[in-house]
Amino acid sequence: MYAVRRWSVRHARGLEWAYRWFERTVSALDPVWRRIGYARLEKPVAGVERTIKGFLFDCQMCGQCVLGSTGMSCPMNCPKTLRNGPCGGVRVDGCCEVKPEMRCVWVEAFAGSARICGGQARLRTVQASVDWRLRGRSAWLAQARDLAKGPQ
Amino acid sequence: MNLNFDDIPDDPSLPMPILPGHVSAGRLERVLRAGAFAVTSEMDPPDSANPEEVFARARIFDGYVDAINATDGAGAHCHMSSVAVSALLIRAGYAPIMQIACRDKNRIAIQGDILGGAAMGVCNMLCLTGDGVQAGDHPQAKPVFDLDCMSLLEIARMLRDEHRFQSGRKITSPPRVFFGAVENPLAVPREWRPHRLAKKVAAGAEFIQTQYCFEIPPLREFMNRVEDLGLLDKVFILIGVGPLRSAKSALWMRSHVPGVHIPDAVIQRLAGAEDQQAEGRKLCVELIQEIREIKGVSGVHVMAYYQQEAVAEVIERSGMLQGRVPWYPGIRTQRQPK
Repeated sequence: MYAVRRWSVRHARGLEWAYRWFERTVSALDPVWRRIGYARLEKPVAGVERTIKGFLFDCQMCGQCVLGSTGMSCPMNCPKTLRNGPCGGVRVDGCCEVKPEMRCVWVEAFAGSARICGGQARLRTVQASVDWRLRGRSAWLAQARDLAKGPQ
Repeated sequence: MNLNFDDIPDDPSLPMPILPGHVSAGRLERVLRAGAFAVTSEMDPPDSANPEEVFARARIFDGYVDAINATDGAGAHCHMSSVAVSALLIRAGYAPIMQIACRDKNRIAIQGDILGGAAMGVCNMLCLTGDGVQAGDHPQAKPVFDLDCMSLLEIARMLRDEHRFQSGRKITSPPRVFFGAVENPLAVPREWRPHRLAKKVAAGAEFIQTQYCFEIPPLREFMNRVEDLGLLDKVFILIGVGPLRSAKSALWMRSHVPGVHIPDAVIQRLAGAEDQQAEGRKLCVELIQEIREIKGVSGVHVMAYYQQEAVAEVIERSGMLQGRVPWYPGIRTQRQPK
């Protein structure tokens, strides 16, 4: 929901903190997930993730979440799905070129990341292109698996 | 440095030698690296399958521009493709800047176009996101946007410097291309724009062409921030300018062309003029002269939709070339004594 999405950006600091805590917990539970089987968990977890993140961020389930680097403003709501900052078409009032009734997700990301400690620095890192195979899959489980594996 | 390009082969469609420290065999890179104030312009892409229309439109710029942008579905409208326009321009000896927009093609098609364009002799490519399909004549089309301009730049550089596709598969001969990107210094969020430029440079942009800049103070501020970020040694910046035809067309552009910001003062000035077209050109000349003085600006990109003939006039009157005549295919016959 658009209003909730904007609320989330205004509360980026708290949400980012909660998100990080949640991520650590999910990763710590890696042995449990492995026991049940990641493949078996995929569908129900993705369903829960879609509901929660859909409500809070209008999450599009790209499966490779970068919310922590974008001030809790989901870049997949950009009609051009830009993951590296706004295009040149942002309107003077900060609204989207394609959808004039919507605030540019990157104008929001810029505001949100200012509320997060070190958020603006994260905004400056170049994000990789989207892997469209992951669409619809749980980013939480992917993250848990990656973190449990440790640095490659 | 010699900018007469004496090493251009008798057949100007053939490549020149690549100078040490250069990434391409192109004239644009040479002009910029030599420190000359560069001029680029944009061709109105033909809605036609006739190559003569491309050649006729290119000839209008003879002796005034260092490179010509071949747009890729400009404004999300259908036109002859940028790869084809670029290949035709190369055939005639011109220096095209082949635009690649992310809107219409996925990474498979784009990487193919980079190799294909380079194989045809294209030395400059401009990586951009592209306007949304809603801005064009086919709003019902599927917007692709598989990549954004940043990942496009990374992939382009990977092809050239690491000799491989994004997949990791090796290519046998890399594209020797000078890669550029675009920026809109006057778009919101303005404080973020210099950082976005830094990201583009980090991703592989070696030159930048900007959207129209009709306001000097914020542009100066932008360039100061770019300098603070230490980018002036890493990238050549060409500022977008252009003659406005009338107050009415300025208003239309402001509301219909994404990313174009024209201040009210400019529109009032045009509206108050007796000859609005002449006033638009005069304003453009003044802007060029002011932009030329801004530290870190390497040139201008003159955009004049459907008034290409105005480009030569504003360049001439601004005096920015200072007697330099940019190379064009007919220049040798011109120079020979009659």
